[in-house]
Amino acid sequence: MTAFSPSSDQSPTDTLAPSLALGAELLDHGAPEGGHPDHRMFGLATFLVADGMTFAGFFAAYLTFRAVNPLPAGAIYELELILPTINTVLLVVSSFTFHRAAKQLRQNQLGACRLWLLVTAGLGLAFLGGQMVEYFSLPFGLTDNLYASTFYALTGFHGLHVTLGALMILIVWWQARIPGKFTADHHFGVEAAELYWHFVDGIWLILYGILYLL
Amino acid sequence: MTIALPPQTSSSPPGLQPEGWLRYLSFSLDHKVIGLQYMVAGFFFYLVGGALAGMIRIELASPISDFIGRETYNEVLTLHGTVMIFLWIVPVVNGAFGNYLIPFYVGARDMAFPRLNAVAFWLIPPAGFLLIASYFIGGAAQSGWTAYPPLSLTTPAAGQVVWILSVLLLGGSSIFGGINFIATVLKMRRPGLKMMQLPMYCWAMLGTSILVVLSTPVLAGTLVLLSFDIIAHTGFFNPALGGNAVVYQHLFWFYSHPAVYIMVLPAFGLVSEILPVHARKPLFGYTTMVYSILAIVFLGLIVWAHHMFTSATPPWMRLFFTIATAFIAVPTGIKFFNWLATLWGGKIALNSAMLFSCAFILHFVFGGITGVALAQVPFDIHVHDTYFVVGHFHYVVYGGTVFVIFGSIYHWYPKFTGRMLNEDLGRFHFLITFIGFNLCFAPQHWLGLNGMPRRVAEYDPQFTLVNQISSVGALLMALSTLPFLINVFWSAFSGKVAGDNPWNALTPEWLTTSPPPVENWKGEAPLVTHPYGYGVPPGQIDLKAATGRELWSSGQ
Repeated sequence: MTAFSPSSDQSPTDTLAPSLALGAELLDHGAPEGGHPDHRMFGLATFLVADGMTFAGFFAAYLTFRAVNPLPAGAIYELELILPTINTVLLVVSSFTFHRAAKQLRQNQLGACRLWLLVTAGLGLAFLGGQMVEYFSLPFGLTDNLYASTFYALTGFHGLHVTLGALMILIVWWQARIPGKFTADHHFGVEAAELYWHFVDGIWLILYGILYLL
Repeated sequence: MTIALPPQTSSSPPGLQPEGWLRYLSFSLDHKVIGLQYMVAGFFFYLVGGALAGMIRIELASPISDFIGRETYNEVLTLHGTVMIFLWIVPVVNGAFGNYLIPFYVGARDMAFPRLNAVAFWLIPPAGFLLIASYFIGGAAQSGWTAYPPLSLTTPAAGQVVWILSVLLLGGSSIFGGINFIATVLKMRRPGLKMMQLPMYCWAMLGTSILVVLSTPVLAGTLVLLSFDIIAHTGFFNPALGGNAVVYQHLFWFYSHPAVYIMVLPAFGLVSEILPVHARKPLFGYTTMVYSILAIVFLGLIVWAHHMFTSATPPWMRLFFTIATAFIAVPTGIKFFNWLATLWGGKIALNSAMLFSCAFILHFVFGGITGVALAQVPFDIHVHDTYFVVGHFHYVVYGGTVFVIFGSIYHWYPKFTGRMLNEDLGRFHFLITFIGFNLCFAPQHWLGLNGMPRRVAEYDPQFTLVNQISSVGALLMALSTLPFLINVFWSAFSGKVAGDNPWNALTPEWLTTSPPPVENWKGEAPLVTHPYGYGVPPGQIDLKAATGRELWSSGQ
């Protein structure tokens, strides 16, 4: 991740062509600070809209399947609720712990921030563990029937997102050990991971609603 | 091309990125290089897709399957559709012109995310070669560009899986591009430049990119499920395993109807740039143009099931989607009449760019009218899956978008290279393209109305003559590529030197050198608040940039 920290060594004298004066960085638009504005959070938010549409397509397919296609006789519709509910609590709590981590970072409490990041990643990994336990205890497999296939596709795709999110958190946790990598004002990595994590959390709440409760 | 560097930096030449023509083979971050990369790669795939179309028309010159086998015919038509849509039209009309022009139009030095931009381009060649290679290793997909199950589940699996993989890569490229365009138009505007002062192509690309971001992911998810059906033998879309094939159609068309607007909205934008320049008149009805684009974006997302009137759609669904589709004719009609009003009373220069643009208006209104007809259930049920649909579709995407691509190349080639294209060759190119296109596709409406089904290698012998006429048209279209290619290569070296602004245009890309320097302007980006201020007395327009005033007086 390129750091877009404000640089003070640019001379403000050349007002006509501020970024042209940078010479060697001319052909590398990403590099000159101030030469290229940072819209990465906006870009990430747009990407998450797109990602959310993938889930929306899956939800629509699942709900239509349930409304239109009858299950074969003897197929299991009802799911065990205890483990998924614990998992839901873990994920919701992890959103709050991540929020806490970002708050500590904005107050320049880097140590506390890293601690809360680690807690968040741990909660995410615990969720994945719970998902694994559930997968192995379910009475149906991927190809048993339409409902089973859709269940695994939806939870699996979400689980992939949780895995990526947990990796992102562990990466920013590891990067945060470098002094000055994340400051109270400049911490795109943490901010991006947080937005992504809240998104994954929100998707899970919808999934929990339509897969387990509906 | 030369890069004009300011004198103070000439002593330390940049080292990381290659210069000269090698730039076009590199992971360049310059939006102009990426735009031309899209254009040349897209044109290469246009030639591939054109050769495939030629095979189809040769096969259909006789009613029996004699030129290629039936299975090969299926592979060829699948590849033709996929290559033309995903590797030629979408990358060129969005990626090529969007990347080249949008940063100029918003007054920026590059796109919002230059690296993501380069990644989006470099996903395209591997995906394209993967798709084409599938033909040579084990056979390409045979289920058409729609890949409807259960057909796509029963045809050979290897080609279908490669097809899915390739379309997923191209979809990813498209989404990255869309994110980039949205961020660039909304966030990278030069200070002082308002949204309602942007050239129309910016609005078209904003609308297109919203459609890309909202609908392409749905296709991606659907194709992943389809690949599960093929590889893991799940039954999402397989009725034999308790699945539902119609759900695939809904999800597929939720992307693929907006995909038509992804292909044609940018063409609307490009035409709106070309017409005012060569008619020397302001674009008529700027505000209604903007709201029409936004209306098309909204309506485009809620009309998909008009492709499925024969898929046992319930009556309420038919009614809703018929009415919603008919509504699209309103904003499209507004745009059509705005273009006519732009031309009306103008000082029209009938050069190649203008001829292609006018032909676009003609073809698009015809394709639009057959489109409204197809949205009516009683009519659609009769012509569904016939050559009428093929004719309608090609009037929209070839007569519409591809004509605009050619017109745009004639219009912007001087900016790309600094040299003019030869006008005589250009008009000759236009003439045979125009005749060939109409000869090829107009008879297909008649074929469809008389019951010739699409996607078959053999047909009833009563249709032979009309099919042969159509094939002659296709031959003319193939030949029309030659004067264009000769023109482009010859003019790149020996064309008339264009100067910075050969058309005396007012939009910002012309207010710099041809070809433009890296980072677009040597000085500050100009503030162009009236990109279509042609023919207006200088005193009535507040043009802060000194360049515009001189342009009008010389332009009139």
